[in-house]
Order: sequence, then structure tokens, then C-alpha cells
Amino acid sequence: MMKRLKKIIQTWTLLELFQGLAVTGRYLFRRKFTLNYPEEKAPQSTRFRGLHALRRYEDGEERCIACKLCEAVCPAMAITIEAAPRDEDAPAENGAGRSSNYGNRRTTRYDIDLFKCIFCGYCQEACPVDAIVETRIYEYSFESRQGSIITKEELLKIGDNNEAQLAADLAVDGEYR
Amino acid sequence: MFDLSSILSEQVITVLWTLLKIVVIVAPLMLSVAYLTYAERKVIGAMQVRVGPQRVGYKGLLQPIADALKLMFKEIILPTGANKTLFVIAPVLSIAPALAAWAVIPFDDGLVLSELDAGLLYILALTSVGVYGVIIAGWASNSKYAFLGAMRSAAQVVSYEIAMGFALVGVLMAAGSLNLGDIVRAQDGNILTWYWLPLLPLFVVYFLSGVAETNRAPFDVAEGESEIVAGFHVEYSGMTFAIFFLAEYANMILIAALTSILFLGGWLSPFQGIPVLDEMTAWVPGLVWLLAKMSIFLFLFLWFRATFPRYRYDQIMRLGWKAFLPVTIFWLFVEGIAIYAELGPWFDGVLGAAS
Repeated sequence: MMKRLKKIIQTWTLLELFQGLAVTGRYLFRRKFTLNYPEEKAPQSTRFRGLHALRRYEDGEERCIACKLCEAVCPAMAITIEAAPRDEDAPAENGAGRSSNYGNRRTTRYDIDLFKCIFCGYCQEACPVDAIVETRIYEYSFESRQGSIITKEELLKIGDNNEAQLAADLAVDGEYR
Repeated sequence: MFDLSSILSEQVITVLWTLLKIVVIVAPLMLSVAYLTYAERKVIGAMQVRVGPQRVGYKGLLQPIADALKLMFKEIILPTGANKTLFVIAPVLSIAPALAAWAVIPFDDGLVLSELDAGLLYILALTSVGVYGVIIAGWASNSKYAFLGAMRSAAQVVSYEIAMGFALVGVLMAAGSLNLGDIVRAQDGNILTWYWLPLLPLFVVYFLSGVAETNRAPFDVAEGESEIVAGFHVEYSGMTFAIFFLAEYANMILIAALTSILFLGGWLSPFQGIPVLDEMTAWVPGLVWLLAKMSIFLFLFLWFRATFPRYRYDQIMRLGWKAFLPVTIFWLFVEGIAIYAELGPWFDGVLGAAS
């Protein structure tokens, strides 16, 4: 009986409606979560998985040894690698003959299709020499359908441009790998 | 010598003068509509813990202008299967009453376009016509979603309109007049002699019915974007859509104005009868008080939209027939008894004034 009376009073005083209004009324004065994107950006983890890059050693030699582990592990099959032994001549100042790198297995083609890529980071995890990494870059676009495929040269360039950041991030993360 | 008075005969001057008055009312109204949409986006944004428009102009203040320009330049599409005449008439039918009703709204003592003695009836008639715009739009579009929207709108109208009319009857009984100016004057006294207190249930019912009439959340079944795309105006684009939009917001402002006039004492100062404050605020024009009261209701409209989920349309009908209608009729009886008992300070002298 009391319960029913309580219910009736609740209904006719619109109690629950006022409670609802109170909730939204409180939120009116809450601090807003909006991030003013181009001016403000969300904080990134050192493990952020953005656009890919291929890294080099300090002497300028590319790290990638064409082991194709990344290609194998890639769940989206976004990576295409072709490899061949290197047959370039030594730089002139090293004297005549072949370069010390002659015969090293290197990639001749390293394409990543960014439309297929799911940015899982398995390639980076699989890489034994820390060659393929994912950078913190997430603001990029393509102007054509073919533009989604980034080539070895582009990947190396991204790596060169961001080496400082990449090395720093890998150093922080290194002890957990 | 060119004699001006010979061309401008008395009637012409009256017509021009009236036109000028109409412009003076409608232009600020349109501006308020524009900035009501801005306020809505800001307020609802804040209640959803985001900031709302802020990119166009300082703090997004030019956003409504940008929206209006966009809508003006968009193509108006007439669907092949649509009934062309009705399709075009529908938006006009929804905005015309929303604007015409302003003719009898008193902004201050005597500051009214038309001191109509049957003002309340005129309002009741016109605000109801607006809904036909929605129903005709839904019918003329020849689209199933628009048609569903129109059907829902019709179902909604039959449920709230009667309760709304009865709520107005309550005001009429208390004031003894259909003239909106007289209704406000009858509330003269202090904040407690305004009709919101003695007619509290009618006040609540009237405002909620007003929300339903303007097709605003939580009674926006005719639009129901999550179920029937956009309801009655799915097929409308560009300016024809903009007119529905204008009508909706003009109606909101109208309902806010009416509720203020009928239940919150219109242009009367809330400090009436309070010794010091009354003299201190005597210089404030009545228009300011009316606008302040209207903003309270407009804010409520936005607050409701941010808070309540949409009613199903059978629930609206249940609410209208089984809650609003009994409450208003019951309160009319209570009010009638109070009037016979000459219950002060609200109902004393009502009997004498009527006879």
C-alpha cells in the first residue's frame, strides 16, 4: 500500500523526470572533453602504431636483411618483398674492386599497401633487426588509388626523417621487448 | 508642387505602417530563430560534455549564418512521385501560422500589433494549423518514411491538442478574457499572483503540450531520425527544408512567449510588490521581463531535448488521454470551485468581471 502510494506520488510529481534533468543540468557545467584537434593533439604512446618506416644503421646501411618475416607475419598480406644479392661497386674512396657489401642479401622491392595494412604492428614485432617500424605519423593522405602503396624509397625516407624519434621510442620500449 | 498626402491616403499609410510593424516583429524573430539554433547546439553540446560549434567566427557565432547560406544555395528537389502543389504548400503552411500568431502577442503594456479581443482563440486556431504543414508534407512527399512521420504526427495531435485547449480554458476562466493583454493585466500583483501557482497543473500540461506541438524531443516522433530517417521532411532539401526548420524554432519561441504570457505574467516584473527591488527595477521595460521569461522556457526546450529519450507514439497518446486530459479537467473543476469561493488573491473579483 505504502509502496503504491509512493509510486503514485513519484509519478505525479514527475520526480524521475526532474532527476533526469538534474543529471544533464550537472553535466552542463562539467569540464568539456573536446580536443581542439588541429591546435591540440591527443598524447601518444611510445608504442603508437602509425605510418611505417624502414630504418638504417648509423653508417647509412639499411637495416632490412630481406628475411621476409614481416611479409610472413602480416595478417593482411599488405607487405610485398622481393630480394636479391647486392652487386654494387664499392665507393671510389675505398679503392678498386667490389664493395664490402657485395653479395649481401637486400630487398629490391619493399611495398606496403596502406589500404590493406591494419596497423597491428606485427611486422615491427617480427623484425629481427628493428628495420621495419611504425612511426607516430598518423596525418597523411593519398591523392590516387595507387598512392596507398608506399615503396621502399619512401619508407626509407620516412625512416630518415624520423630517426631521432624512432630511436628514442625504441630505446624506451626496448627493455620490454 | 508634388503633394505627398494625395497619394498616401489614410488606408495606404495604415497598410505601410502595419507592414513596418510586422517587419519590426519578424526580423528580430528570424534572428532569434537563427541564434536559438546556435544556443541549442551550444547547450546540448555542453550537456553532452563537448563544446558545440566554435569554428565559424568568434566562438562559432557565425555558424547559423553559415548554415543559412548553405541551405539557400542547395538545390530544391521535387520528387517525381510527389504531389507538387501540396509539396510546396506544406512548408508555407507550417511557417505562416508560426509567424502570424505573433500578431496578438503583447510585448509590453499596449505594445502589440493587433489588440485582438479573441486573441487566445486566434492563437489556439493558428498554432493548430501549423501541424497540418507537417501532415501535408508527409502526404505530399510520396515516401513511406515521410508518410509514417505524418501518421505519427496526426496520432500525436489528437492526443495533446485537447489537453492543451483545456489548459487554455483554465487561463480564460481565471482571467475572464480572451485578450492576451487583459490576461496579463489580470495577473498583476506579485510573482505569486501569476497563474503559474494556482494553475500549476495546467501550466505544466500546457508547456508539455507545447513541446509536443513543436515536435520537439521527447515528442519528436514525427521526425524520429533514428527510426524513420527524418520523418515528414525526408524529401525536403535546401530552402524548403530550411522553412520547416525555421517554423519549428519560431514555434518554440512562440510557445515560450505564450507560456510566459499565460502563466508567468508576460511583461510584469517579477519584483512587483517587493518594497525595495520593485523601485530599483522600475526602469526595466516590460519587454525585457518577457524576453527573460521566454528564455527560461527556451532553455527548458533545449534541456528536455538533451535529457529525455523519445516517447513511442502510443505512449504519447496514453500520456495525452490518460494523464494530461484527466488532470486538466480535474483542475478546471477545482478552479471553478475556487472562483465561486472567490479564493484570493487569484480568483476574487473574477465573477464580478465576467458578469
